[in-house]
Amino acid sequence: MKELLVIAISSALVSNVVLSQFLGICSFVGVSRKVETAAGMGGAVIFVITIASIVASLIYNYILSPLGLDYMKTIVFILVIAALVQIVEMFLHKCMESLYNALGVFLPLITTNCAVLGVALTNVQNGYGFVQSVVNGVATAIGYTIAIVLLAGIRERIEGNDIPYSFQGSPIVLVTAGLMAIAFFGFSGLL
Amino acid sequence: MNKYVERLYNGIWKENPIFVQMLGLCPTLAVTTSAINGVGMGLSSTAVLVCANLLISALRHLIPDRVRLPGEIVVVASLVTIVDMLMEGFLPSLYSALGIYIPLIVVNCIILGRAESFAMKNTPILSAFDGLGMGLGFTIALGLIGACREVLGAGTVFGIQVTPSSFQPISIFILAPGAFFVLSMLTALQNKLKAPCATNGSADKEEKENFGCTGNCMTCAEHKTEGEGK
Repeated sequence: MKELLVIAISSALVSNVVLSQFLGICSFVGVSRKVETAAGMGGAVIFVITIASIVASLIYNYILSPLGLDYMKTIVFILVIAALVQIVEMFLHKCMESLYNALGVFLPLITTNCAVLGVALTNVQNGYGFVQSVVNGVATAIGYTIAIVLLAGIRERIEGNDIPYSFQGSPIVLVTAGLMAIAFFGFSGLL
Repeated sequence: MNKYVERLYNGIWKENPIFVQMLGLCPTLAVTTSAINGVGMGLSSTAVLVCANLLISALRHLIPDRVRLPGEIVVVASLVTIVDMLMEGFLPSLYSALGIYIPLIVVNCIILGRAESFAMKNTPILSAFDGLGMGLGFTIALGLIGACREVLGAGTVFGIQVTPSSFQPISIFILAPGAFFVLSMLTALQNKLKAPCATNGSADKEEKENFGCTGNCMTCAEHKTEGEGK
């Protein structure tokens, strides 16, 4: 139990997926202009990463590893994730209309989000079992959501400010993200 | 200008994937803790880019339109697995320094973006040159960012001491926040000099705010073909 708690805190806060591992940076800066869209993206990422880490862990531990096909993991994982996103999208569209309306537009964006593949590969690299993989997946996704929602909140505030010409657009967002990364360093005292 | 040379110039300078298009930010920020890591990552991505463009372009009449993206992903993922195994065998120290970012070349938007926007429409050899140009542009940019961070954070370039011993290295530049600061300074400099970039004054307001990857390779491809005037 204690071990799981350590995994959860370390992947959600201490080594935050975006701010210290740089996975999913593209969508982190790409869809963080408004808090609502950022929260929607965060929800979709939590959803997909949870399912993807369950499926990837089962496939790796019960199919690839016993058959000695470790080296196929990159190909298998990316295909599984791509297919999974499609299935989840169709399932939500048919069965859970309200959730689909909230998350639907973000689902296709997630296939190319390196955080999803990154979590699946980290789980394998660290030799996590099924439960640990799922906990790590959920915690990482929560960390992503915290970071993207915070950045969106700051960007909404920045919008009305008088930014020097050179820093308009991407530079100010990157500076903000850098300051957030420094703030997240503070969490390393937690463990 | 010879069209092959033109593809190289286009990738390295005119449409540099990092400085001009702001694509592939994950490896850009993650592996540039030193110049050598940046160049290593750049060259491995270049190898994948050249082979992927060559293969996808050669197969472009065989892949049905409906399964185009999955087909491209399988080609890229197989190539990345090959690069991954070769590096593990022949360059173990670089392999452990780059770690998980090698298999993550699969989801690098530059590779799928080029396959989608260039290799699908052009002949194999020209596509390979396009991949080479883009890859070299990527490598040079990663090397530059890596060198900046290494000088500030450790006082060395490619492992050779360049600063006088009185200079106290600012170690935050080789940690995570330094990556954001160096990249933001470089893009701010581009804005200042009004160099062409996806995100500066020459672009309109909407475009300025929408940098990075919104995750949809299709819009990326459309945008780029418009830029090429085709």
